[in-house]
Amino acid sequence: MAAGARQASAYDTIPKLLLRNAKQFAERPAMREKYLGIWQATSWAGTLQEVRSLALGLTELGLKRGDKVAVVGDNRPRLYWAICAVQSLGGIPVPVYQDSVAEEMGYVLDHAGVKFAIVENQEQVDKLLEIRETYKGLKDIIFDEVRGLQNYNVKGVRSYDSVQELGRDNNGSEQTWADEVGKGSPDDTAIILYTSGTTGRPKGVILTQGACVWAAETAAKFDKLNENEEVIAYLPMAWVGDHVFSYAQSYYSGYCVNCPERPETVIDDRREIGTTYVFAPPRVYENLITRTMVSMEDASAIKKKMFEYFIGVARDHGEDILNGKPVAFMGRLKYWLGNLLVYGPLKNRYGLSKVRVGYTAGEAIGPEIFKYYRSLGINLKQLYGQTEAAVYITGQPDGEIYPDTVGTPMDGVEIKIADSGEVMYRSPGIFTEYYKNKASTADTRTKDGWVHSGDAGFIDENGHLKIIDRAKDVGRLKDGTLFPPKYIENKLKFFPNIKEAVAFGHGRDSVTAFINIDLTSVGSWAERNNVIYASYQELAAHPDVYNMIEAHVDAVNRELSQEERVAGAQISRFLILHKELDPDDGEITRTAKVRRSLVMERYAVLIDALYDKKKSRQKIKTEVTFEDGRRGVIEGDVEIRDMKLHAIDKMSFKEAAE
Amino acid sequence: MNVAVKTPKTATDRKPAPEVMLDIKNITLSFGGVHAIKDVSFNIHMGEIRAIIGPNGAGKTSMLNVINGFYHPQVGEITFKGETRAAMRPYVAATQGIARTFQNVALFKGMSTLDNIMSGRTLKMHKNFFWQMLRYGPAMAEEVEHRERVEEIIDFLEIQHIRRTPVGRLPYGLQKRVELARALAMEPELLLLDEPMAGMNLEEKEDMSRFILDVNDQFGTTIALIEHDMGVVMDLSTRIVVLDHGEKIADGTPDEVSSNQDVIDAYLGVAH
Repeated sequence: MAAGARQASAYDTIPKLLLRNAKQFAERPAMREKYLGIWQATSWAGTLQEVRSLALGLTELGLKRGDKVAVVGDNRPRLYWAICAVQSLGGIPVPVYQDSVAEEMGYVLDHAGVKFAIVENQEQVDKLLEIRETYKGLKDIIFDEVRGLQNYNVKGVRSYDSVQELGRDNNGSEQTWADEVGKGSPDDTAIILYTSGTTGRPKGVILTQGACVWAAETAAKFDKLNENEEVIAYLPMAWVGDHVFSYAQSYYSGYCVNCPERPETVIDDRREIGTTYVFAPPRVYENLITRTMVSMEDASAIKKKMFEYFIGVARDHGEDILNGKPVAFMGRLKYWLGNLLVYGPLKNRYGLSKVRVGYTAGEAIGPEIFKYYRSLGINLKQLYGQTEAAVYITGQPDGEIYPDTVGTPMDGVEIKIADSGEVMYRSPGIFTEYYKNKASTADTRTKDGWVHSGDAGFIDENGHLKIIDRAKDVGRLKDGTLFPPKYIENKLKFFPNIKEAVAFGHGRDSVTAFINIDLTSVGSWAERNNVIYASYQELAAHPDVYNMIEAHVDAVNRELSQEERVAGAQISRFLILHKELDPDDGEITRTAKVRRSLVMERYAVLIDALYDKKKSRQKIKTEVTFEDGRRGVIEGDVEIRDMKLHAIDKMSFKEAAE
Repeated sequence: MNVAVKTPKTATDRKPAPEVMLDIKNITLSFGGVHAIKDVSFNIHMGEIRAIIGPNGAGKTSMLNVINGFYHPQVGEITFKGETRAAMRPYVAATQGIARTFQNVALFKGMSTLDNIMSGRTLKMHKNFFWQMLRYGPAMAEEVEHRERVEEIIDFLEIQHIRRTPVGRLPYGLQKRVELARALAMEPELLLLDEPMAGMNLEEKEDMSRFILDVNDQFGTTIALIEHDMGVVMDLSTRIVVLDHGEKIADGTPDEVSSNQDVIDAYLGVAH
């Protein structure tokens, strides 16, 4: 690690770091993946060979400096190697969300002008062949898993192995390749990441080698990461978080990245590996808690009592112990016992026993959830980042953790708050431009390198940044009351029973909301209470489910009523949607962010009904897209509930202000 | 383009001169006075996907039971891999390379997915009970070898995440997949599938169809299947035999069968 920092100038691109690692960490594991249920490691020296033979093979196929190569699939070592191989030749990898339908993927490939595609399996090959019928620029499709593809005699469709074979046959070309790597500079485009975009078409964010290496270096210094870390790569490769965390940082710090056996096995895999460094959106942490709570409901009375008692102890003392603050002897003793009986086994279940640092990013995390993990002794921290910043903008330094802020600027990052309240930043990690989109680039990035984050926020008295909402989403009710939709939605989503929420109110007289229930959590409740249901729709419409959600909405209203700025934005009416918001229908992005305008358009009938005080039910027909691209229609008759608003205590605000 | 992609899926295209794997001649099966199967003859070629269809009570499952030796027909003979027989026991059928799945899933509900699939290897294990109990020496080596094969199947059918889950806790679609896995663990030459898609949703059906095609493609396993979903049958099978009231009313390629008037009548009913 120290060597890495000292020689940063010589190793200023990711492929150069690979050359260093192959020497410095030679036999240490670089990547692991399961084969027939057993973890198999590839060393850094092995990684070099894999990357080199693929790169030489791609050269044979005609890959030139500047050519774009799509990378599509679940997190697999071979796809990460593909990214490095392309970069080593000065090509530009374009990772694409693997579950996008052909049309979405086609747009990105066409826009980026992709010449080659390196993909995981038959599913992706089929999609790309469909795309190639209209987008002629795509030359070769290279697949990893042969399964189901043996008999595809289609021009330009070839196996990963055969391309590596081409490279291996190429005797004496090792030096040529090393020379190519040497030609790389920090100003080269390292990658184009298409942001899923909550509005309009995705935009291609261009990050340089310099930006990626800077991000990796900053993170390594901030959390003292070294080659002994173990991480698990399970977030989409097309997401900047995964690119920096599972790729750039691994090459910089020399740590090992483990690929889960299947997307469904991540929790078990994490436990087997014992990850030391974790990066996950809040949803992952929420799911773990939901699962714990669900299984505690089924546990014996003694276990339940024990769990409740020691979680209470943890709530009282855990955070202080983690922060190194003084705690009374009895408190420490009880916490020690709790660790033995409850926290230890729980952390083991979560696969978080060995975690040194864990991050949550991408969305706001519920303060309760955040405190829960910290009280168990897991050093969970918050981070504020964006694709345009190569992730890092602010992070919470150890010992300075406040659940409602996202920390202080990372090393090298400058932050200012624009007059509009929007957060702006400048750092060595910022993007160069949106690919082929001058207008958007000009809107987002000023000439002197400041980037508009699009988020409204302020810096609090401790110097920590606090994010309120998307700047453009913050609206006002007719009477002028501030309406921050995401702030309200997040409060709702902190209840395990609520998976998604969409609040409306800009330019209206009151706030209303759509709710999606969480099928795991509400489903388990249904099982315990003998509620029989056949589908999401049926469960969502159940009167008892409505009552339960009503209680949650009421709790949120009570919380809102106690906060001066948003007290007027209590939810007056709500409904539970008859279907889950789905990325296949474009309602939420692949990273699970709601596309507000699209939802408003699709469910206009329901919104009208929410604001029509006379209506207590509304019929709706919605067209849906199935996973295979086929379309169907879901019909529903949705109930609307009125809420009692809590009185706003103006006096207490004044007191608080004084 | 699409045509080029889809053609390899039918086995006949690759095998111009089909070799007969199983030949069924004049089979009649009755229970008391009820004739379940009346004088039915057809054959199954090496490497093909052969569908058996027909309305309810047509004798499809009885036919499968005859093939794997569970029922013994009163009349007729069966030739499997050149060997003719009138009746045989399921055990013998299994050792000769016939495996099957059942209409209503027949797994060990309390055992894990892994153990269920391992049970499919029983016939191939040779060390005796005591060695196996010791889990030592040659028995261990044997277990490791079989486990490897089972892991390949787990990988193939994409059920890694339920390896350790008791089968009884799995949703129906996955139980069907585990059953297919257990049948595959026997490394059969002929695989009999009794309504592999019954009770599945569209997505599960598509997955199962892909697995059936891949099994046929990758392992070269000959498959005979009973299925009610006509879309699936027409897409998957090389040839189709149609039964109605225990009698064969049609036999041929999907195109031939779907345009056959007798078949249409049997399915839609005829005005008498």
